[in-house]
Amino acid sequence: MDAMLHISTLHYLVLGAALFLLGVIGVLTRRNVVIVLMSIELILNAVNLNLVAFSRYWQGIHGPSALHGQVFAIFVITDAAAEAAVGLGILIAFFRNKETVNVDEVNLLKW
Amino acid sequence: MVWTDYLLALPITLLTLFALGILLIDLMLPREMKWANAVTAMIGVLFSAAGVYKIQMWMGASPGSFGLMRTMLVDRFAIYFWYLFLAGTAVAILMSVRYLETEHENHGEYYSLMLLSVAGMMCMAAGFDIVLIFIGLELMAISTYVLVGFLRRDRRSNEAALKYLLLGAFSSGIFAYGLSLLYGLTGSTNLAVIQQELARHILHSEYKPVAVVALLTTITGLLFKIAAIPFHQWAPDAYEGAPTSITGFMSVAVKAAGWAMLLRILVIGLMPMRPIWVPLLVFVSIATMTGANFAALTQTNTKRLLAYSSIAHVGYMLLGLIAGTATQLSADGIKGILIYLLVYTFMNLGAFAVITSLRHRNVVGDELDDLNGLYSRAPVEAVLMLVFMLSLAGIPPLAGFYGKYFIFLSLIESGHYVLASLGVLYSVFGLYYYLKIANAMFMGQVEKGEEKLPVSLTMRAALGVTALATLYIGILPNRFIELVNWALGIAQNPSIAKLTH
Repeated sequence: MDAMLHISTLHYLVLGAALFLLGVIGVLTRRNVVIVLMSIELILNAVNLNLVAFSRYWQGIHGPSALHGQVFAIFVITDAAAEAAVGLGILIAFFRNKETVNVDEVNLLKW
Repeated sequence: MVWTDYLLALPITLLTLFALGILLIDLMLPREMKWANAVTAMIGVLFSAAGVYKIQMWMGASPGSFGLMRTMLVDRFAIYFWYLFLAGTAVAILMSVRYLETEHENHGEYYSLMLLSVAGMMCMAAGFDIVLIFIGLELMAISTYVLVGFLRRDRRSNEAALKYLLLGAFSSGIFAYGLSLLYGLTGSTNLAVIQQELARHILHSEYKPVAVVALLTTITGLLFKIAAIPFHQWAPDAYEGAPTSITGFMSVAVKAAGWAMLLRILVIGLMPMRPIWVPLLVFVSIATMTGANFAALTQTNTKRLLAYSSIAHVGYMLLGLIAGTATQLSADGIKGILIYLLVYTFMNLGAFAVITSLRHRNVVGDELDDLNGLYSRAPVEAVLMLVFMLSLAGIPPLAGFYGKYFIFLSLIESGHYVLASLGVLYSVFGLYYYLKIANAMFMGQVEKGEEKLPVSLTMRAALGVTALATLYIGILPNRFIELVNWALGIAQNPSIAKLTH
């Protein structure tokens, strides 16, 4: 049973790492700001997956009250929502003045 | 919750209450009364400072106490940073009053967001649990994203906010990933437990590579927040596009909060991994000093130039963490960082206050050309700017000298002669672009507007406070060195006592 639990935690972690990498690649390569914001959400979801998987693992060792990871995950979800709200707000303000959502046209400030 | 929890959270609670109060009061204020928001914010800062003072008195000689189920450690280190944030915010509020009127963006949300971001900073400085530190960081960062884009009709401000938001959120994500791995490895979110577990077995087990990945992602997030090269790209853009008062606020309070978080995590949680992070920091520090000093040379915008200068200062401060042996930090290095942050708060805010005061009617005031002939138009401000520039360059007897002095001293004490000489070399190099500003002010010809510049009363107060502090710390540093010793709980170092008496 313990070995099963361990293996399944590893599976979650691999999935989390894959999501994280996808998010990082998305932020670095996509031009559309909305898609960049979505990639950032992907990174934060990788974090949540990690936290919940680890929380389950530690619950198996420290008992059912070891919930730090799940509490942390709820805070990260809230934070992701706040970040998305502010991000879209700023993007709308930007779009009103410039009529584009592409990052490579965000070019007034350089060097 | 026990009653000490309420006491320890008092300064944060007060700031939050005032921030919400400003939002309500703002609805009732007529357009010409918007300055009252600044007054409310100022009162909030003073109340919060009184709260910090009360905690300080209550603590007495004890080194600190835990609160909120051991997620928060209010020790002298935290109290030192709390005072620093509040001082920086107070000066930034003084700078903002006239500036927001000139920009026709005088809304209550501005001050509200400022106070909320200080509440976040306080959580970062006092946090002893990675959850609280992360929440504080995000509260500060999200408030600052909005503040950077506060001039919503100005395209540069929009653009700065967008870039800051994307890179900031990206770095927070990477940082959170590192924190989740740390939690997974140690089974706890408490920094002390993380340290114990890392030292006890993680670093000697097959999980060491995971710990290294956790360290790399966490440190990436930390270096992003303090804007060290190669994670600095957001800083010049955000600094240039933001309202100048917010640029000042960001370059001191937000940066100090980033440092408080970095010190807490690296010096407590990740201390067992010091042999791994020191070489990384050596690389980052040299890259930061080199890149920022060379990039600053070619700038034509004063805010952007000061952004690169502030990146260069981060490079010098990082040297303070490198000082010491492979497993032991140098006390002088940490002391140097704290003194550096203190003097940097005043001299950098002063420089931004001068630039803010140039903003009136048609002159934006942040191009280097706008400073031409400032001496004949506003002699007092020109002289103050010269003082701030010389202090930033680290010329004794101004405050900036002492920040650098302790850091280089700690490097020499621990035998890092090459790094110390590099630091000194770049400090001298930096003098060039600081004097470029002085040259424009004193030798340049006036191009726009011959008239004398009007300076508001609040701006005079901001300039006065920052200039006095810069001179006072520079000429009589004893008190402030003792203050930092108190914050770190260390006795006066004999070699420094000799210097100051």
